Amino acid sequence: MNCNDHCFSGLDSETRAALSRRTFLQRAAGGIGLAALGGLLQRSVTGGEGLAGFPNFPPKAKRIIYLFQSGAPSQMDLFDPKPEMEKQRGKNLPDSIRKGQRLTTMTSGQKSFPVAPSMFKFAQHGKSGMWFSELMPHMAGIADEFCQVRSVFTEAINHDPAITFMQTGSQLAGRPSIGSWVAYGLGSENKDLPAYVVLTSFGSGRKDDQPLYDRLWGAGFLPAKHQGVKFRNKGDPVLYLSNPPGVDRETRRETLDELGALNKKHFDTLGDPDIQTRIAQYEMAFRMQASVPDLTDTSKESKETLEMYGPDVKTPGTYAANCLLARRLAERNVRFIQLFHMGWDHHGGLPNAIKGQCKDTDQPTAALIKDLKQRGLLEDTLIVWGGEFGRTIYSQGALTETNYGRDHHPRCFTVLLAGAGIKKGLTFGATDEFSYNITEHPIHVHDLNATILHLIGVEHEKLTFRFQGRDFRLTDIHGELVKPILA
Amino acid sequence: MPRLPLLLLGLGVLSATVHAGEIKFNRDVRPILSDNCFACHGPDAQKAKGNLRLDLRESAIKPAESGEIAIVPGKPQSSELIKRIFTDDTGELMPPPKSHKKLSAAQKETLKTWIAQGAHYEQHWGFTKPTRPDVPKLSGPLGNWVRTPIDAFIGARLQQENLSPQPQATKETLIRRATLDLTGLPPTPQEVDAFLADSSESAYEKVVDRLLASPRYGEHIAANWLDIARYADSHGFQVDSSRMMWPWRDWVINALNSNMPFDQFTVEQLAGDLLPSATRSQLVASGFNRNHRINGEGGIIDEEWRIENVIDRVETTGLTWMALTFNCCRCHDHKYDPITQREFYQFFAYFNDVAERGSIQGESNRSGGNPDPLILLPNAEQEKKQAKLKEEIKTAEALRDGAAKQLPSLQSEWEKEFSKQLEHDIVAWKRLEPTEVKSAGGATFTHQSDGSWLAGGTNPANDTYEITTKINAGQLTGILLDVLPDETLPNKSLGRGANGNFVLSGVEAEITAPTLPEPRVAEFTSAEASYQQKGWEVNLIVKDQPKPGAKEKKEKNKSGWAVDGNDPAKRQPRKAMFLCNPVEIPEGATLTIRLLHGSQFGDHNIGRFALSTTALPPSTVKLEGAKIPPTLRAALKADPAKRTPTQQNEITKFYRENTDNPLKRAEAAVAKAKKALDDFNATLPSVMVMKDLPKPREARILLRGEYDKPGDKVERALPAALPKLPDGVPNDRLGLAKWLVSPEHPLTARVWVNRAWERFFGTGIVKTTENFGSQADWPSHMDLLDWLACEFMQPTALPPVNGKPAQAWDMKAMHKLMVMSAAYRQAATVTPQSLEKDPDNRLLARGPRFRLPAEAVRDQALAISGLLVEKIGGPSVKPYMPTAVWDETSVYGNLRNYQADTGEGLYRRTMYTFWKRTAAPPTMLLFDSPSREICTVKRSRTNTPLQALALLNEVTYVEAARKLAERMISEGGATADDRIAWAFRMATSRKPAAEEISVLSKGLAARLERYKKDGEAAKKLITQGASKPDAKFDAAELAAYTMTANVLLNLDEVITRE
Repeated sequence: MNCNDHCFSGLDSETRAALSRRTFLQRAAGGIGLAALGGLLQRSVTGGEGLAGFPNFPPKAKRIIYLFQSGAPSQMDLFDPKPEMEKQRGKNLPDSIRKGQRLTTMTSGQKSFPVAPSMFKFAQHGKSGMWFSELMPHMAGIADEFCQVRSVFTEAINHDPAITFMQTGSQLAGRPSIGSWVAYGLGSENKDLPAYVVLTSFGSGRKDDQPLYDRLWGAGFLPAKHQGVKFRNKGDPVLYLSNPPGVDRETRRETLDELGALNKKHFDTLGDPDIQTRIAQYEMAFRMQASVPDLTDTSKESKETLEMYGPDVKTPGTYAANCLLARRLAERNVRFIQLFHMGWDHHGGLPNAIKGQCKDTDQPTAALIKDLKQRGLLEDTLIVWGGEFGRTIYSQGALTETNYGRDHHPRCFTVLLAGAGIKKGLTFGATDEFSYNITEHPIHVHDLNATILHLIGVEHEKLTFRFQGRDFRLTDIHGELVKPILA
Repeated sequence: MPRLPLLLLGLGVLSATVHAGEIKFNRDVRPILSDNCFACHGPDAQKAKGNLRLDLRESAIKPAESGEIAIVPGKPQSSELIKRIFTDDTGELMPPPKSHKKLSAAQKETLKTWIAQGAHYEQHWGFTKPTRPDVPKLSGPLGNWVRTPIDAFIGARLQQENLSPQPQATKETLIRRATLDLTGLPPTPQEVDAFLADSSESAYEKVVDRLLASPRYGEHIAANWLDIARYADSHGFQVDSSRMMWPWRDWVINALNSNMPFDQFTVEQLAGDLLPSATRSQLVASGFNRNHRINGEGGIIDEEWRIENVIDRVETTGLTWMALTFNCCRCHDHKYDPITQREFYQFFAYFNDVAERGSIQGESNRSGGNPDPLILLPNAEQEKKQAKLKEEIKTAEALRDGAAKQLPSLQSEWEKEFSKQLEHDIVAWKRLEPTEVKSAGGATFTHQSDGSWLAGGTNPANDTYEITTKINAGQLTGILLDVLPDETLPNKSLGRGANGNFVLSGVEAEITAPTLPEPRVAEFTSAEASYQQKGWEVNLIVKDQPKPGAKEKKEKNKSGWAVDGNDPAKRQPRKAMFLCNPVEIPEGATLTIRLLHGSQFGDHNIGRFALSTTALPPSTVKLEGAKIPPTLRAALKADPAKRTPTQQNEITKFYRENTDNPLKRAEAAVAKAKKALDDFNATLPSVMVMKDLPKPREARILLRGEYDKPGDKVERALPAALPKLPDGVPNDRLGLAKWLVSPEHPLTARVWVNRAWERFFGTGIVKTTENFGSQADWPSHMDLLDWLACEFMQPTALPPVNGKPAQAWDMKAMHKLMVMSAAYRQAATVTPQSLEKDPDNRLLARGPRFRLPAEAVRDQALAISGLLVEKIGGPSVKPYMPTAVWDETSVYGNLRNYQADTGEGLYRRTMYTFWKRTAAPPTMLLFDSPSREICTVKRSRTNTPLQALALLNEVTYVEAARKLAERMISEGGATADDRIAWAFRMATSRKPAAEEISVLSKGLAARLERYKKDGEAAKKLITQGASKPDAKFDAAELAAYTMTANVLLNLDEVITRE
């Protein structure tokens, strides 16, 4: 029987049914200790072992680290060189290229659309000869680890719907995020940490553009326990993790023992397995109070490691610090780790702003990949690097020798992949000379998401949830596996 | 697969697949066909593969495109459907393997039997009007158990399944259950005592009536409606600034407390604005369909988002009242239900006429506010003030009309004067000979031979020069400032700054005279300079000057006029003129001019300058002198009697605009009075409402649901599968609302009673609260659902509430009927038999037991501790939040840097917590609340460690624990055990067993010892939260009790209603 059968689409009743036998066995046997119970109920605690039949086949990736660049990085200034554009400098974007496609109202009123060639130098790197601009020296240094996909496209032209689309497969609010889908389908491999962890950082290019919304890691219509747990930059890394001032761990243990004893007594009277689950949750909470600080304590990282990630690594809440945390989460088998770095929305003053962004992200991204590789984790970790859409070749606002801006461009952008199951050193897909339209291998967001799911062992058509009478999935009714990029 | 047998156990009771005897299409067959076949052979006619539809019998029994007949009634072996579902040939197999759908053996058998029995179809129950079934008659012990018709239906099914109900819960449990369910708060010990002491037959009913009359009832019931209505305090989407919809929220609470019938509740919210002579309250109610998000992201296309607003209304209305998934038909015909894409856009047409822009722009986008259409909501006092301000406008207008009458004579006098002036060579700028030039910062000024003044001596960082002079009667319309280089200045430049530059940040001028009660301040309207540094334009001075009489002085202007005085090539004499609205100068007046140097660049004061004034009409004044338009000159020269109308108009216009005349003053007064009203109105509460354009917008089918792909034009119409519009109602939103609550409608009443059932029993009779279409879960008690729906519309057995007989669509009476039932009153004890047979308790062989909703979890802690502030309505409040909770949301809106309230805002009921959609209150989300971005009719119910962490450590709960600890010590008795028992009862409504007390008292003793040793820790713990403990408490003792109270507030029994 397929576990997606609609009778059991919510796991709660399933858990309850599964527990019922054990419950009565245990009661007959005179009960068990709290800690043992905690372990026994672990699967309902962290999202559990996932759905029956998942993964659908032995996966290449055990976990995913998704480095989301919020605001949309400019593909032609970073990865997709267009040297011919120098000849077009300042000339109007030809109608034959624009093809009447819609623009945002930020530039649709512009009298002209002057082509702004990138002012950054490009070079080929590695054995593969992959192109990177001078802004990404560290990532270029490990060019052969990447698969550079230049032909991703999306449907939305504004940030909110576009970033929601990348994350949930729908432009409008209400659907589960990709990490929640994975947590729901595959559950957690770690008994002390959630299956889906989110880390955020501000950019120095344009500090907080684009803003982030809860829905980006929300569970949508899936049970709320599958929502991403955001590790916070200020205060407790996990909400309400610390005991109140004046309460030490010993006192907490003592009160939890009282709580457990009273809850257990109540369970003995009523027999409702939900009470046992509650007991297990409190034990898990107690373990998290130790495991999370242990996770975030990077004081024992070697000097070499810290140096590899760059100076920002010492400042909590930076992209660099989050990359290091991502590695530590990966070591602990957290299934879906997602970083959001803000600051990529460069409508004006792009050259300066993008330098800041690259300074934030280039070295730590490369360090994360190297670090994972050194520890043997890269072979079963999938890395994704990308934003919600691309940017226009024409300048938004005035084009000068040293300055230009770029508007949103949904019709092509570059996404990088690395790690488990990905063909190394491959540049895939192509855009026209204006980086405006795709000329080879168009890859829709749904295709990208189908491929990401595939790499973690999920057939995207099988991971469904019955809601409002319909089996919903991340890729809606679309999505084609991008086979040529698979190793 | 150890799970399999357990799953099958679950199926044993409720699955549609295992039924002996006759197959029923709706119960047994439709779910199989709908789930597995309809996507390709269903209502989406355009997509029907092989020209076969299995949702219609007439299509299913006819030869399909292939010539084969899918269903031959009575003959399964001749039916292609049966061949295709049993075949081993994967190319032939249905459903195709690619669909990932698979029929179970039991399902295949069901289809076979059904065809053998004649393949009878039934219309989907959700589209058939409910008819009132007979109430089953039970005999024996179950007969005695029955208290309400509900129990007869429940009991009959239990009997059928060989299950028996649990005895009634203890009185303590019962009052706690009912109080939490009806008010979202726990009972007080006094209320429990009163109930325990009341041994009368009606004791429980009295409790229920009391709860239904409590104002807390409306608040609690409303909370669920807020999820449905996607109510929030922010606009959502990227910018997510604030809005004001709480007056609508208060309307809901009020409607529920006053027990407004659900049909009226429906009509007013969907179409209150269209009711004849709609009251303010009805207009507020119509805000229901303005609660959706509104996009304010830069660069968006209005129409794209206006369409989203309309579609949101369609989907929300469909889901809320009919539990239908209209959203499926936005792009294509529905795959499961008989609703076409055309019908979707016909329904859309009812909601398409709102006088809205589609996006939110400007001030309300940045600083928060309500985009049109909206209404203002002044209270009585504010209405008086409004009336007064309106009166003032009228008075000012009367004065203006009077002034207009005397204008012609004044104008002709002026014409004579001005013509005379024109005959002479007029001097535009008259150099001032000041009587005094002062520096606020101690500089000295020397009069130069050319009439200019040179600054010397001290050069403070930011100086102000004040120039005073006598001035002749007449008018002032402008000032000219000459700035000159000088040998003595740094780099022989114009400014005193070390580099030779200056920044003039402001100019002020005022007329004083013995005859004037107040100085007349010049209001500068424009400025111009002979040269200005880039980014330091002279107009900045005028643009940023505070308006005379402005309420708040803007921050001092830091920008201003500079001249690149650091550049050797640019050390030239410069001029700047500042023109103002004409100021009348009486006899014997003094003019004071102030030159302000307030920039961040220190020392940048002007070095050498001269000043001139002008009295000429501002439009004629230039830097270099005056320029009278030749046409005006000609008009004035002409004989007044012979002027053309154009000439006359030119003169009049020039006169009115360029002189200080009574009409101009009166017009300014009118504008001021109007602005006063506008300003006042801007301070009033408002609410967004529905208001249609005078002429409906054209509605079209949108291909693939996209705003820029319009297809056929459509008119308002209702889906054919649902009833027709009732007679005599208009074909508009009001008609649509009345249609929803007409007795013919098959869904509205069923949907509502099912949602009420879910509230009290944990799961709906139809488990899929969010879908009553073809894919709906089969109801656990179809007859009961229909009986309740009929009873809701036409009461026969609904009990009176507080003596008031039940009316049609009576929400309180229906709630009462449910909680009065024996099914509801059972103990929640789980028996192995009932757990194995019915793990989800759909058949109710035991009392329902489930965790409290997010709001009640917090409200209860506040209530038990005594912190709760019970107050209905008003603006949303800001309780404690984790630091940085809004940090990653938009900088463009006004909701960043969350600041918690001080005082009662910290302790109001959770439903009043300020709701920002892109970063909703974290504890609400942790406890399964939706984000309120879209209509959500059902919350999940999860159990996570993050919930445990919140209840253990969040400051609200720590403070509540300390408050409860204080009460334990003050009110709980003398001994530790007494106090523990007292608090235990506060939290659970029951007395603890000795064993329970002993667990807690042991822990308390251990902590007491520890906190006595560590006074610092004790003090830290008991000072959490905004309220502080009374000094009379011993810190160690209070800390120890606080942790005991913390345990109590975390008990599963406490956060669960059982």
